[in-house]
Amino acid sequence: MIGVVVQGASGGSARWEGLVESLNRLYRKILMLPEQASTMARGLDFLHYFEITVMNVVALVIALTTLYFVIRYRRRRDAEYPPRVKPSISFELGVIAGLFSFFILFWVIGFRQYVEMLEAPEDALDVYVVGKQWMWQFAYPEGPASVGILYVPVGRPVRLHLTSRDVIHSFFVPEFRIKRDAVPGMYTTIWFEATRPGVYLGFCAELCGVGHSKMRAGVVALRPEEYDAWLRGRPPMVAQLPGRVPPNIEAPTQLEYQQELALLGQEVAARHGCLRCHSTDGSPHIGPTWYNLYGAWETMADGERVRVTEQYITRYIMDPNFKRVAGFEPVMPSFMGQITPAEIAAIIEYMKALSTEPEVRSGRAIFEGPPLPPFAPAPGTDTIRAGGAGRNR
Amino acid sequence: MSVTTQEPASYLGAERTVRSWLLTTDHKRIAVAFLVAVVGALFLGGIFALLLRLELLMPEEHWVEAALYNRLFTLHGVIMVWLFLIPSIPVTFGNFLLPLMIGARDLAFPRLNLASLYSYLLGSVVVIVGAIAGGADTGWTFYPPYSAQTPMSVSPILIGVFILGVSSTMTGINFIVTTHTMRTEGMTWLRLPLFVWALYATSVILVLATPVLGITLILVWLDHAMNFGIFDPAYGGDPILYQHLFWFYSHPAVYIMILPAMGVMSEIVCHFSRKEIFSYLAIVGSTLGIAFVGFLTWGHHMFTAGMSSFDAGVFGILSMFVALFSAIKVFNWVATMYKGSIALPAPMLYFFGFLILFSVGGMTGVGVASTSLDVYWHDTYFVVAHFHFIMVGGAMMGFLAALHYWFPKIFGRMYPERLGTTAAVTVIMGFLLTFVPQFLLGNAGMPRRYNTYPEHYQTLHVISTVGSWAIAGGIVLVFAYLLWSVWWGRPVGRNPWGVLGLEWTTSSPPPKHNFTLPPTVAHGPYDYWLGRPDEDDGEPRT
Repeated sequence: MIGVVVQGASGGSARWEGLVESLNRLYRKILMLPEQASTMARGLDFLHYFEITVMNVVALVIALTTLYFVIRYRRRRDAEYPPRVKPSISFELGVIAGLFSFFILFWVIGFRQYVEMLEAPEDALDVYVVGKQWMWQFAYPEGPASVGILYVPVGRPVRLHLTSRDVIHSFFVPEFRIKRDAVPGMYTTIWFEATRPGVYLGFCAELCGVGHSKMRAGVVALRPEEYDAWLRGRPPMVAQLPGRVPPNIEAPTQLEYQQELALLGQEVAARHGCLRCHSTDGSPHIGPTWYNLYGAWETMADGERVRVTEQYITRYIMDPNFKRVAGFEPVMPSFMGQITPAEIAAIIEYMKALSTEPEVRSGRAIFEGPPLPPFAPAPGTDTIRAGGAGRNR
Repeated sequence: MSVTTQEPASYLGAERTVRSWLLTTDHKRIAVAFLVAVVGALFLGGIFALLLRLELLMPEEHWVEAALYNRLFTLHGVIMVWLFLIPSIPVTFGNFLLPLMIGARDLAFPRLNLASLYSYLLGSVVVIVGAIAGGADTGWTFYPPYSAQTPMSVSPILIGVFILGVSSTMTGINFIVTTHTMRTEGMTWLRLPLFVWALYATSVILVLATPVLGITLILVWLDHAMNFGIFDPAYGGDPILYQHLFWFYSHPAVYIMILPAMGVMSEIVCHFSRKEIFSYLAIVGSTLGIAFVGFLTWGHHMFTAGMSSFDAGVFGILSMFVALFSAIKVFNWVATMYKGSIALPAPMLYFFGFLILFSVGGMTGVGVASTSLDVYWHDTYFVVAHFHFIMVGGAMMGFLAALHYWFPKIFGRMYPERLGTTAAVTVIMGFLLTFVPQFLLGNAGMPRRYNTYPEHYQTLHVISTVGSWAIAGGIVLVFAYLLWSVWWGRPVGRNPWGVLGLEWTTSSPPPKHNFTLPPTVAHGPYDYWLGRPDEDDGEPRT
């Protein structure tokens, strides 16, 4: 009941907000929940409080009723045979329907939050996360890659694209209330927006072998200006941030600066021969052009319309026969086992850079002029280096 | 005992040779053999649990290194799930009581029943020997690609569990056929004791779900032993497919464990309140409802695994229906006590324990079914606590309640009531002490299957470990006095509790063919409003 009040009160008067905040603190302390360091954490916790309050009331009613019956109707004589009691089905139906409507309410609130948790805002910052026995790697489209520590800016949505090099792992940050499995051969996504600077601990939540309990990551939430400075190569002052520095990770970690992922992707696509069949400027070829492909709605041979996302691209590279694009022959080979997760991440970033107007391609927006010049690397960076960064390291 | 001497010798005393026990087709002797075996499995699984809890006293690695820790929780899970919880109530009390409760001489297929016993023993030996010689470290869930790639030998355990599945299926078929064809005159479907209904629903799940487990385990074994790559993406396989297949069996498996316990509780609350069940049809309907909807909720184990949001929503709401049916049952049990005549021997104490633990387990189940919270709780100690409340709190309470309630039926002797009460209170309190802190650990973000953990979780781990010692003490006490009572307990007449139920109309322990003449049934199983049961032999009640 209190949960309902708490939920309904957000945005009320300052006095209300004070009350809500102290209730939040009280519940969080009793339930031993970690601090709420992401935009979603608060909503999730309020649903938790709501459920635990309703259920404690129900449990108390069951316990007290049972206790009352045991005392009131205890066997006093051995030869006691109580008369029949006609069941009141309508009473039972009422109780059960009342309870069930609460279950459904929990589900409605919870499912809305679940969907929100998986659907990242359009302007989210992308980070590619690769789990392997037993460490986490984080790669940024802007170039830096880091082992063991995820750096994120506060106040900006961050979308994680997770995959694994070996077995299933699961990336879990309690303070952000997020968790998502990193499964080999596919990308999964989840997003969050950190709300306060600090150092948090990330765990692996899926059993992955002997090093499972030590497969931890530091999560460092930086103020936007510090984050920009970090992207440009300045090590952040992690020691000054609140929170627990994971003991097995020395901060600051080694940072390896490499090319922008999109440029790396161009290189990877050339090396694997992708560009022999896929053009990048909109011209027709053996396979669909990559120009404006990412984010577009493509028509399949069976008429189905499918949105080109990270998952779609990864799946298609691994298993080209899972869908057939209308107007093309099924001639693409599988790259399973030949291409690493980091390379796929780079290719996806490259395709993103080529897709400025996917709506036009989807036919969902009006064509507003000639196509923009195709993606061109900045001068001086277009040389393809053998064994480029991210591969033979 | 004047009554017993006039009747044929009991099944225990009919023949005394070892051969007569090994080759018996008597459902009662097979049940006793199963009882010995599953209790052995319970102790073995319990020892592994105690070792796990001991290691978790300290945040750093102390006695148990990581590889051994992974092997220990795998063994704890495999033994408790497949060697104890899934067979426990059906193969022991189900086997013993199903024919007695419907007035039959034996199960429909006595030799199949014996085959089920030997498959169980064979499967158990393969699992235990395989675990000692090789050792799996995958958890009882065997998730690939890890289970395909692990350097340890998973094969014996997979094959052992497959054989155990065969045993379950045989028991399931036997129970279904027996219930359909061997009911005595007047034993209509709506006069069946609720325990029989529970066994029937359980058997249906066993027969429908176990083959899927068998196939899945064989596929994992092919992956592990011969690199088939069915679930390994490195060879073009799909690890998520495994999770769908595995949970398609393993979620209904939870109801294989809990439904028989619910059946036991329905019996106990009626008999010790001397009341008809509040609504017979509601209990039967919810039993069948759980068996049905239980097949459609497996996806809730995979909310973080890479499933579409739509699927997650569907599985979330279907899971709520299990909670609905469970709530109907809890309501009916509590309402049954209304205006009853309530006695409080040990089985009834286990009923109260069940009511608390199962309600908490079920309500936290509603919590994890509201999809967003599961993202936070998944694979943390919250989930560990949740399923222990259901499986241990539910199935284990059911097993202990049944053991005390039907002990005089099986052995013809009574257990010491005072020790029974002490043990029941110790086990229930120990259980709360062990697992309530684990809910809080999960809330605080402690992932499961960790042998080392950040220091701020230590206090709760210490409380939990101390609780595990209380459970162990209680369980050891139970089996110590029960073992003593088998030989030296106070002898009782046919119906020491003074209750209704066809099983109590024959002598305790029953003769080899259960009934001298086929009984006729004229009333429902809980019609106490008709007055004192005819069969009561006037023995003093405890």
